[in-house]
Amino acid sequence: MRVIVTVYGLDRVGIIFGVCKLLAQANVNVLDISQTVMQEFFTMTMLADMSAATEDMVTLREQLNGLGKELGVSIRIQSEDIFTAMHTV
Amino acid sequence: MLTNAEIMQTVDMLDHQKLDIRTITMGISLRDCADPDPKRCAEKIYDKICRQAEHLVPTGCAIEAELGIPIVNKRISVTPIALVAESCRCNSYVPFAIAMDKAAAQCGVNFIGGFSALIHKGMTHGDEILLNSIPEALAVTNAVCSSVNVATTRAGINMNAVRRMGQIIKEAAALTADRDGLGCAKLVVFANAVEDNPFMAGAFHGVGEPECEINVGVSGPGVVHHALQAVKGKPFDEVAETIKRTAFRITRIGQLVAQEAARRLGVPYGIVDLSLAPTPAVGDSVARILEEMGLETCGTHGTTAALALLNDAVKKGGVMASGHVGGLSGAFIPVSEDEGMIAAARCGTLTLDKLEAMTCVCSVGLDMIAVPGDTSAETISAIIADEAAIGMVNNKTTAVRIIPAPGKVVGDEVEFGGLLGSAPIMPVHQPSAADFIARGGRIPAPLHSLRN
Repeated sequence: MRVIVTVYGLDRVGIIFGVCKLLAQANVNVLDISQTVMQEFFTMTMLADMSAATEDMVTLREQLNGLGKELGVSIRIQSEDIFTAMHTV
Repeated sequence: MLTNAEIMQTVDMLDHQKLDIRTITMGISLRDCADPDPKRCAEKIYDKICRQAEHLVPTGCAIEAELGIPIVNKRISVTPIALVAESCRCNSYVPFAIAMDKAAAQCGVNFIGGFSALIHKGMTHGDEILLNSIPEALAVTNAVCSSVNVATTRAGINMNAVRRMGQIIKEAAALTADRDGLGCAKLVVFANAVEDNPFMAGAFHGVGEPECEINVGVSGPGVVHHALQAVKGKPFDEVAETIKRTAFRITRIGQLVAQEAARRLGVPYGIVDLSLAPTPAVGDSVARILEEMGLETCGTHGTTAALALLNDAVKKGGVMASGHVGGLSGAFIPVSEDEGMIAAARCGTLTLDKLEAMTCVCSVGLDMIAVPGDTSAETISAIIADEAAIGMVNNKTTAVRIIPAPGKVVGDEVEFGGLLGSAPIMPVHQPSAADFIARGGRIPAPLHSLRN
């Protein structure tokens, strides 16, 4: 399953590193990253492949939520399907 | 390829605009549960519901986790119990409501609909027993919802049934007087009831439906409200277009959830119900959408026109997003379940008469309205008759879910909690309609030819 990880909040050192490290530990393969910072506000969207993941979605979400609290940002992980359904005809 | 902006738009809808799927409702046929022995019939009802819906809640939760969107309710609708229980040798159908309630608890759903009868033209012996059982059934169960269809465009209005429903609503309120008449919040009186409605309290699994199916109800008043903030002061063409685009996006997710739930549960997907269903939470209100269009308070002059535009644009946007559209499909205006409606009713701008006018142009009817406890059964019947007439003549579904709150007067409030919310007691007209209701009989079906 392909998933989209979104991160937003105040910019600081180590956000991408933290997310990528956590995903790597769960054997989730990052396919694409897009990131912007506007007036200190950080947003990142990341496309990743969970087909060989060692953790399930619920566990991964809990871990990412924990990381988000540590970094002071909001992190979501969702199936790509919800975005495709909403934005493509 | 998805853009960053699109992805963040979806995330914003989820995080800040209360986008959710309101309900996955599994419709289950109980037609094979009939049995002359009432005990055996109740067992069959319990067993079949538990068997079919065993995986409903875990599947809903799994989809919720993967897609990252709340699926607020998982629910069950069943064949109208009057049909299932009719061949039983018994004088009360309350035990079947209890069987439904136990099955709902076992499956982990919060409501089960279908303690119902379709009596738009007349009543069978079983229908009468069901009607007599409604007040007690709603008092002794938690999750069971009841609905009664008293009129259709083709058959007219069964005024005997309308008269009886006024009395039943009063009895249901009296038996749940300790809970502000909560029983009435689980009872809907319909005209032109639909067979595949996923929303409570009016859901039942119609006789034309398959053995089992999944119907999904979407939501999203907060998302529409947010989208309209971007077109402040613009002409209505732009308002309609904005609502259509937003409704399309919301409904696409409903379609995805419906297909996914049906696939995983191994049952057919029935319909997506294109409804804007509010909740009592701030930011999830249909009334606030109407106010965003330029009305100071919902219920003032212009409200009906605003609602007509909203309702139509939601359908136009949603219909292309879904393979099968059905259910009630329209904007809901339940007073106690909508923060903006509660506020408008509290300040006196939103009245019963205005709500009645609003039901001419939207789904579904006078919904979750609390009236004084001393409102007579005849007055309630007359309110039902008016609403049924609107449904019958306009070829649409209308409904009444009204709570004559015991011991309460205008100025008081009732508190049902949760999704059912709270409501101020609204005044009703004092002059009597008792002689009108006492007539009984049927109001003939309207003419639907000679359209020129």
